[in-house]
Amino acid sequence: MPTYQLQDLTVRHLGGRSAPALQAIKLTIEQGEQLALIGPSGAGKTTLLATLSLSHKPSEGSFNAFGADPWALGEAARHRLRAQLFLAPQTPPLPPRQRVVTAVLAARLPQWSVWRALVSLFKPEDPQAAWQALSRFNLGDKLYSRVDRLSGGERQRCGLARLLLSPAKALLVDEPLSALDPALSELTLTTLREEARARNATLICSLHQVELALSHFPRIVALRDGRIAFDLPREQVTPEMIAALYQGEQPPASKPHDDDAMAVKLGVGACL
Amino acid sequence: MTAMTATPSAVQRDPALRRRIFIIITALVILWPTMVVSEFKPWILFDEQSLAATGRFLADFLVPAHDTEFLQMLVRETWNTVAIATSGLTLALLGAIPCTLIINEQLSISALGTGRMRPVALAVRQTVRWLMVILRSVPELVWALLFVRIIGLGPTAGVLAIALTYCGMLGKVYAEILESSDAHASDTLLANGSGRLAALLYGALPEAASELMSYTVYRWECAIRGSVVMGFVGAGGLGQRMDESLKAMNGAEVSSMLLVFVALVALADQFSKVLRRRLG
Repeated sequence: MPTYQLQDLTVRHLGGRSAPALQAIKLTIEQGEQLALIGPSGAGKTTLLATLSLSHKPSEGSFNAFGADPWALGEAARHRLRAQLFLAPQTPPLPPRQRVVTAVLAARLPQWSVWRALVSLFKPEDPQAAWQALSRFNLGDKLYSRVDRLSGGERQRCGLARLLLSPAKALLVDEPLSALDPALSELTLTTLREEARARNATLICSLHQVELALSHFPRIVALRDGRIAFDLPREQVTPEMIAALYQGEQPPASKPHDDDAMAVKLGVGACL
Repeated sequence: MTAMTATPSAVQRDPALRRRIFIIITALVILWPTMVVSEFKPWILFDEQSLAATGRFLADFLVPAHDTEFLQMLVRETWNTVAIATSGLTLALLGAIPCTLIINEQLSISALGTGRMRPVALAVRQTVRWLMVILRSVPELVWALLFVRIIGLGPTAGVLAIALTYCGMLGKVYAEILESSDAHASDTLLANGSGRLAALLYGALPEAASELMSYTVYRWECAIRGSVVMGFVGAGGLGQRMDESLKAMNGAEVSSMLLVFVALVALADQFSKVLRRRLG
């Protein structure tokens, strides 16, 4: 059974009749597959990941996750399905006053009762597991630090350590390397892929670094202007295709708010 | 130049002047009867007898009352006031926290992905909102008067009055603090399948803890002031004693009591500061 089946999918930003953020998306992803999502800024990578994590409802087309249409399910069933999909947003979702151990253990909240969650706030339930997850990203010594004492790159890896503790069957990772140096980038991608392979989870990772995408992922899906430009095994991806994909990319100054899975909410209401 | 010297009267007379004088006279004519009706006689303040009474009252202020018996009563009533404010606020919290959870729109699971809440969820939220509007639109003094009529004089009326009004205030402001803090953490937790309460505990609360805390301590301070005002209508505590002292024109006692209020507010302020530093 495929993890995802998308057919002629159109996704619009919430609130407003704007142009679609994603159009005519056709994608089948098998369980245990590992693929990289590439494309220029504003191509729709984050929106696609938000759609796949069921935090954004597509407006047209058919969308199946684990063989069912989540938006046809009842609300409770859909929310249970969300626990099978883990989204790691590009900006690590860690409150500054929280301790690292709490932030990492939050991965288990869907499985915990409210009482267990409360007790774990007082005395962390499984610090050993949190420490192991952090150690795989060289962060073991930060177990009991507060999040606001971490550097940007450490926070990003802390967010990914949370992913290791989640029992989800599909791992959706948005730009995991944006704050990391090349050595840590290698370590991070290797760890993510090992983890996904070890538990036969599907791994979908959006990346700006094309060389890393090509060297780590067997399947490459390229997005441009909200459409799939190509969807090929990496052997068939040529430098010309990459050049065409990023051709005429807008300077970063004018790029839309696309670096955050929840940014779709920004369009609503007044701003300062 | 020649034109101006030729007609000096035209330059000197302000065309708006007549109109302004007319408006002032009209206003006086209209306002005079209202002053008569309301018996507004400010000169009474300055007749000899009043001046003497005010002078005595104020002179008493300089040396606050400090005899042992009075001080014992003061400590007892201060403790009473603090107890009224604290238990009122605690009761208010018991109601306000669940209400906050209900009306907080950031933690809506049905809005996740669609931006639209279920009609039932929307209706429940709106109902609770209206309930809290009713609770806090009736001033605590009015609640206190009501409860004094129902259950008689004493601190219970004050506690209940504070609990009802503050439940409405705290619930509304907590929900707004939570909604205006950064939603990224709680949104991500919800998107990954956590429940509402878990997302609140692990996402929204650590984000807003310090604001929530300082608002609660500030409300405790307000509850102390409120319980004093309610004491005037017989709801116990320091206010009731102050009412008696004021009626007896005993400046020394009023002065001591005011000093206690200042001390209590300063204490609340310090407490809030320490807590904020610990959380910051």
